[in-house]
Amino acid sequence: MLKVEHLVIRAAAPISFEVADGACMVIEGPSGSGKTSILRALADLDPVEGFVFVDGAERMEMSGPEWRRLVRYAAAEPAWWSATPRAHFPADAEVDIERLIASLGLPRTMLDQPLAELSTGERLRLALARSLAGHPKVLLFDEPTAALDPEAGALAEELIRFQKQAGRSVVLVTHDAGQASRLGDFRLGLSDTNAEAVS
Amino acid sequence: MTYVALSYGDLAVAATLILVNGAISLAFRLGVARHLAIAATRMIVQLGAVGFVLKFIFTQTSPLWTIGLALVMIAVAGREVMARQTTPFTGWWAYGLGTSTLLFVGTMTTVFGVGLLVRPEPWYAARFILPILGLMLGNTLTGISLALETLTTTARRERTAIEARIALGAPRMEALAEAMRQAMKTGTLPIINAMAASGVVSLPGMMTGQIISGVDPVEATKYQLLIMFLLAGATALAVLLATLGGAHLLTDERHRLRLDRLRMSG
Repeated sequence: MLKVEHLVIRAAAPISFEVADGACMVIEGPSGSGKTSILRALADLDPVEGFVFVDGAERMEMSGPEWRRLVRYAAAEPAWWSATPRAHFPADAEVDIERLIASLGLPRTMLDQPLAELSTGERLRLALARSLAGHPKVLLFDEPTAALDPEAGALAEELIRFQKQAGRSVVLVTHDAGQASRLGDFRLGLSDTNAEAVS
Repeated sequence: MTYVALSYGDLAVAATLILVNGAISLAFRLGVARHLAIAATRMIVQLGAVGFVLKFIFTQTSPLWTIGLALVMIAVAGREVMARQTTPFTGWWAYGLGTSTLLFVGTMTTVFGVGLLVRPEPWYAARFILPILGLMLGNTLTGISLALETLTTTARRERTAIEARIALGAPRMEALAEAMRQAMKTGTLPIINAMAASGVVSLPGMMTGQIISGVDPVEATKYQLLIMFLLAGATALAVLLATLGGAHLLTDERHRLRLDRLRMSG
């Protein structure tokens, strides 16, 4: 379970919430209201005040890398640092990867194709699979299907739903109201100055 | 072979070549005439002053004079490292990283070269220590500057890729590995190029000076080789230390990328 207490983002009022195992919280708000900042703070990518717990363990009780293996952030625009997709996955998760990318409608041979030859949608789906490798407990998705066609988007949603069923806590930022209602169990509404939980 | 002393008149004639440089700048509107005038004036004042300072220090018998001037040289070199960064670190480390690296590497290699290999009497003879330290600082500060500039520029340009690795659980050194590799490569290239060109494309400055002063060319070559070996080791060590230090400053103990520690307006 993900539990957040008094998280301070951009000098706004502190935010507290809980996301149970298998639940999905959708963060809603206008552009610039701090949705991505919350996801980054939960993944401990930016220094912020407040407490974040996963299954009772606070983030400061473990190293940053250990925390991020539990709490996985998938950015809206995924970045790559090697020529082919395979190098971006942990070496010890070989079987996991092929199953993951197959569930997103991608052939396993794509793992060794040059990234420059893949479409934006294919790269986004590979990034989604990459974020799931290694079995994190909490998943933070920042507009995971914004650049996908409806078919690929449906597969990605199915994968996120499967992650919920597997007991992972999910925090989702999306501008797609339909997706928010299909995947979300409750919402966190952000305005320019404050946040309020909406059930 | 004898040493031929230069008169101030000889220097004045040679200085007219700077005017050629200035005329080219003006004719082609390069916009560097002012910088050229400042740089040439600085060079004349600095070299003139250091000539007198060295003459004074060489006549002193206390090692404190040698150490004092060495520290001044290191402090100025450290400032030069900072001045060459387009986005230096904020706070004390902007100056501290380059200076501490130069202090450590400059001291180590000068002590090694002078104390263990040249072995002058007395060991602190300023005539050996200061010129060799100067050569070490001049070359290592170039290496450190290039390495830090490459590290910070690459980290800013590749921010999303570095953070993607961090978000997947990579430790900071793994996430910054490519930027560090680029930084170390760029920092060590000048000394590698200098070694490759030595003796064929150019005669190094110290060797030229010794030959003009009447030293046997083979003896001058031995000294130059000693200096080049010292420089190669000093540059590699300085670039490594500065890159490791820079990578630590670019991240924090939670292994987060901290580009906010760079002075973007610098």
